[in-house]
Amino acid sequence: MNIPAQLKYTKDHEWISIDGDVATVGITDFAQGELGDIVYVEVETVDETLEIEEIFGTVEAVKTVSDLFLPLSGEIIEFNSALEDEPEKVNSDPYGDGWMIKIKLSDVTQIDGLLSADAYKELIGA
Amino acid sequence: MKSTALTATHEALGAKLVPYAGFNMPVQYEGVSAEHETVRKGVGVFDVSHMGEFLIEGPHALELIQKVCSNDASKLTIGKAQYSYLPNETGGIVDDLIIYKMKEESYLLVVNAGNIEKDWNWISSKNDVGATMRDLSPDYSLLAIQGPKAVEAMQSLTSHDLSEIKFYNFVVGDFAGVEHVIISATGYTGSGGFEIYCKNSEVKQIWDKVFEAGASYGIKPIGLAARDTLRLEMGYCLYGNDIDENTSPIAAGLGWVTKFTKEFTNSEALKSEKEHGPENKLVGFELDDRGIPRHGYDIVDGNGNKIGVVTSGTMSPSLNKGIGLGYVPAIFADAGSKINIQIRKNAVPATVVKTPFYKA
Repeated sequence: MNIPAQLKYTKDHEWISIDGDVATVGITDFAQGELGDIVYVEVETVDETLEIEEIFGTVEAVKTVSDLFLPLSGEIIEFNSALEDEPEKVNSDPYGDGWMIKIKLSDVTQIDGLLSADAYKELIGA
Repeated sequence: MKSTALTATHEALGAKLVPYAGFNMPVQYEGVSAEHETVRKGVGVFDVSHMGEFLIEGPHALELIQKVCSNDASKLTIGKAQYSYLPNETGGIVDDLIIYKMKEESYLLVVNAGNIEKDWNWISSKNDVGATMRDLSPDYSLLAIQGPKAVEAMQSLTSHDLSEIKFYNFVVGDFAGVEHVIISATGYTGSGGFEIYCKNSEVKQIWDKVFEAGASYGIKPIGLAARDTLRLEMGYCLYGNDIDENTSPIAAGLGWVTKFTKEFTNSEALKSEKEHGPENKLVGFELDDRGIPRHGYDIVDGNGNKIGVVTSGTMSPSLNKGIGLGYVPAIFADAGSKINIQIRKNAVPATVVKTPFYKA
């Protein structure tokens, strides 16, 4: 199970990479494995400002639909449009080409509430 | 939770197991898309031992079957199978099933796993004619060996000429070193192949030999997730999704297995419904835009009014687009009709199409 040490995580199986007040968000290797073949990533909230834990999109595998929850409050400034044609990148490269959105954070103190790699590892029993 | 005789085998193969109809079943091995393609282009094996089997025998066996089933089982000859359903008395469906004529006065009924007890009680309650009934479900296993290479890959395992067994025909004979196995040219995938019925004590040997014989054909184990995408690409109904106690078999398109050559449960009402035409019809549809329909989503007209509901939906691995089945009013049921599927906030345009979605 790949859980990069430099990233932050949520209990909803998302990873977060912080660069100043911009966060890049995707789903974890564990999450993509549980979902199976991902066939559709829908994000229709670009340019919207949402609160932490609000639904910002949906990821669909062949057999399942899962909501995507915003890990940190802020404005969704970018969606990885490459996923429109190649959603399978979430499976093949969840921490790289499979990234989903970038958020302009409205409250950087929320970062302290995210899980470390070790805490996430414990959460999933890896 | 019940297991099949192969549960440990699936675990050893790294399958993801999930509860299904009271059984711990393999939902996928390497991934649903790859497994789907294996069956469409090569050959794959499903353990579907959760399915139920009832043996109905004796001088009144046919009489009982004719009473409870919609299709005309008197047309069956030994070695032939027939798709049918059990109507209820209120216009719906107790279950759908396959009937095999094994011998004179001996029929095997294969029913859905989730309905074994319900069907047994239902058929028993109608058995005032003295037919002998036995539930073989706990003792029998079922493997579905499916795909265009199934015949060639499995031929070395039997003395019977597999290419000679026509669709919905079967033989009872030797297979993988076991005698008295049912080799049936049936399946739920639309890609051809066989279903193999054997005793639980024999299934591991058969499974192993099937994989040995199929190795050079790239044979792989296939999970229930791919079974669902394969059947849906063919437009086959799944009990519990597309048909149930409250859905009309006529609306569901099962008129072709509803034969009024005899009387059966609720046949008068069904005959009238068939003559007048059902109010709603189960149709296949393809999404015109991006998106995936799912069981329970609303079907809406151009003004956003709800006209029906999606009963099955998926991303079609073969067509790479969203496909589904759902009930709509008869005026929307013709191929080419434009409907919309309400997916979260969006009404996504879709077109009614004739099934199967996938044509080999």
